Amino acid sequence: MTGASAPFLRIEGVSKTFGTFQAVRDVSLTITKGEIFALLGGSGCGKTTLLRMLAGFEEPSAGRIFLDGQDMTGVPPWERPVHMMFQSYALFPHMTVEKNVGYGLKHERMSAPERADRVRAMLDLVQLTPFAQRKPHQISGGQRQRVALARALARQPKLLLLDEPLAALDKKLREHTQFELMSIQERTGVTFIVVTHDQEEAMTLADRIAVMDRGQVQQVGPPGEVYEHPASRFVANFLGSITQFEATVTAVNGTRARLSVPAFAAEVETGTLPGLAVGEKLTLGLRPEKVALQRDPPDAANVLSGEVKDLAYFGKDSLYRVILPGGGLMSVHAVNARRGGDARPDWHDRVWLSFEPAAAILLRE
Amino acid sequence: MNRRPWFLFTVLCFGFAFFYVPILSMIVYSFNESRLATVWGGFSTKWYVSLLSNRQVGAALVLSLKIAVISASIATILGTLAGIALARFTRFRGRLLFSGLVTAPLVMPEVITGISSLMLFILMADWIGWPGQRGFTTITLAHITFSMVFVTTIVQARMIQSDRAIEEAAMDLGSRPWQVMWDITLPTIFPAILSGWLLAFTISLDDVVITSFTTGPGNTTLPLLIWSKVKLGVTPDINALATLTVLAVGTGVVIAGIILNRAERRRVLDERMAYRSND
Ligand SMILES: Nc1ncnc2c1ncn2[C@@H]1O[C@H](COP(=O)(O)OP(=O)(O)OP(=O)(O)O)[C@@H](O)[C@H]1O
Ligand SMILES: [Mg+2]
Repeated sequence: MTGASAPFLRIEGVSKTFGTFQAVRDVSLTITKGEIFALLGGSGCGKTTLLRMLAGFEEPSAGRIFLDGQDMTGVPPWERPVHMMFQSYALFPHMTVEKNVGYGLKHERMSAPERADRVRAMLDLVQLTPFAQRKPHQISGGQRQRVALARALARQPKLLLLDEPLAALDKKLREHTQFELMSIQERTGVTFIVVTHDQEEAMTLADRIAVMDRGQVQQVGPPGEVYEHPASRFVANFLGSITQFEATVTAVNGTRARLSVPAFAAEVETGTLPGLAVGEKLTLGLRPEKVALQRDPPDAANVLSGEVKDLAYFGKDSLYRVILPGGGLMSVHAVNARRGGDARPDWHDRVWLSFEPAAAILLRE
Repeated sequence: MNRRPWFLFTVLCFGFAFFYVPILSMIVYSFNESRLATVWGGFSTKWYVSLLSNRQVGAALVLSLKIAVISASIATILGTLAGIALARFTRFRGRLLFSGLVTAPLVMPEVITGISSLMLFILMADWIGWPGQRGFTTITLAHITFSMVFVTTIVQARMIQSDRAIEEAAMDLGSRPWQVMWDITLPTIFPAILSGWLLAFTISLDDVVITSFTTGPGNTTLPLLIWSKVKLGVTPDINALATLTVLAVGTGVVIAGIILNRAERRRVLDERMAYRSND
């Protein structure tokens, strides 16, 4: 994200209703020029529908979309400076890779050599020059994905919409392509909106993320902020994993609060929320990697003792599930920094858990 | 387990025999030296030679081919448009009625289609003075109406299978809907259109019923000629003529089948490739 922060795309109160079903509800977003913006959410939450409204394939039932200050209402897809990369890639099966990439250019006023140059540059960008004369069914899935990207970029759109661009790729190729996408975005400076249901992908790619649930945007922000300060239980659960406990506020003192947690059979010290009052009931959330696990009682603000109930060994780290005195189950991620298994707590071992007050996520609902 | 294939095989053989033995015997007897259709008098191609010099047969053949080519071409254009409309515009007003109207001739007895076409032409001649005389034009029009249905059905089936997203992608890249149809839709469904044309062509070429209702004096197509000759008794030259007709129609149907089959295999291959994420 460069210094320019003028809203480039403004989505104002957009809703979409199919019959009686509301697929998108009152979504408002502003997106900056040159940004990679990710739309993240579960299956059927309305991500594709929102993209299709931006591309012009669906008209919003309510609300308006402004691109570069221009109202997009009633502008057909072929007149929008917005291109889309389809989930299925949607390559033209009867055209070569070169013809696919150049298809959009026939609507540009440019000479034949200019056009050929542009196609060549695009094929170069996605490293497909040797495959220019192949048909889509003669190249691999990853190559097809890059043809789709080159085709969408060829006309130099102001905004590129990518609908699950990497979903069809295997894990390794996907990681590689993520970085490729980011570097292409950097070189072209085109604003990207990427739809995904993979939270890691969203966190890796995006400057900002919008988390969607049942047609509504739940939270918008940079990946770190959304992860560390989730605004709702849904967001906290959707991004990474989290253990949640019911809690009651027993004291508030400046930036610190004390919560009584029945599942811990103890009180813990946490940060606070604006307007937090004694007696308020809320949810305490703890991310597994923010909780420390030891064999001996540590000297920390919040210390809990428990017994290992479950343990999964992943090699570089392990996931423990620890049962607490109040009956609660806490998930803890422990990095296996030391070689040799003796020091690692095992099933039914007594362990001590601790966490910083600031690590506690307080969620109202 | 072992019995059933055997039983099915027998049924299949009887079925094929039922259909093809008459045709086969007709083909065999078209090479019969004897003038009597039912007595074998040795091998000869003289009936084919006499056909070639028969002016009446030549004229009928030319007329049949002209009607078949023109009606198949017009039926293909109209049928393709109807097929695309039915597959793509799923929510226009009166779609159900339209789809019913388009496909009704498929199950309508030919006699009904023939009579109603004839009635229409008579009424039109009364009211607007056209067609003054039934013949080439009226036969062609009638053939268009009923062969168009087959094209529509084939094209519609192909359209439903094809991915809507590739048309949207073309629109997204700046093409207006008619351009998308020209650049993307028509090329991808071309095999279906071609086999639709062949089917319409063969249907028109061997039609008797509808043609006999809509024809006028002096306009005898090949099937009508055979039909009228048979009424005077089956002679070897009719066998020869019918053999040639079977050959033409058979070739058309087989080619249409091959085109569709190959396109289908290609499509399945494309799809399998599309879902294979990496090589
Ligand atoms: N044309 C339509 N008619 C009726 N309902 C629709 C239509 N398009 C989408 N929907 C519904 O709207 C909801 C949102 O669909 P959408 O395709 O936007 O989901 P998504 O977030 O992209 O999901 P996924 O991650 O599975 O692709 C779904 O429940 C879907 O069934
Ligand atoms: Mg989707």
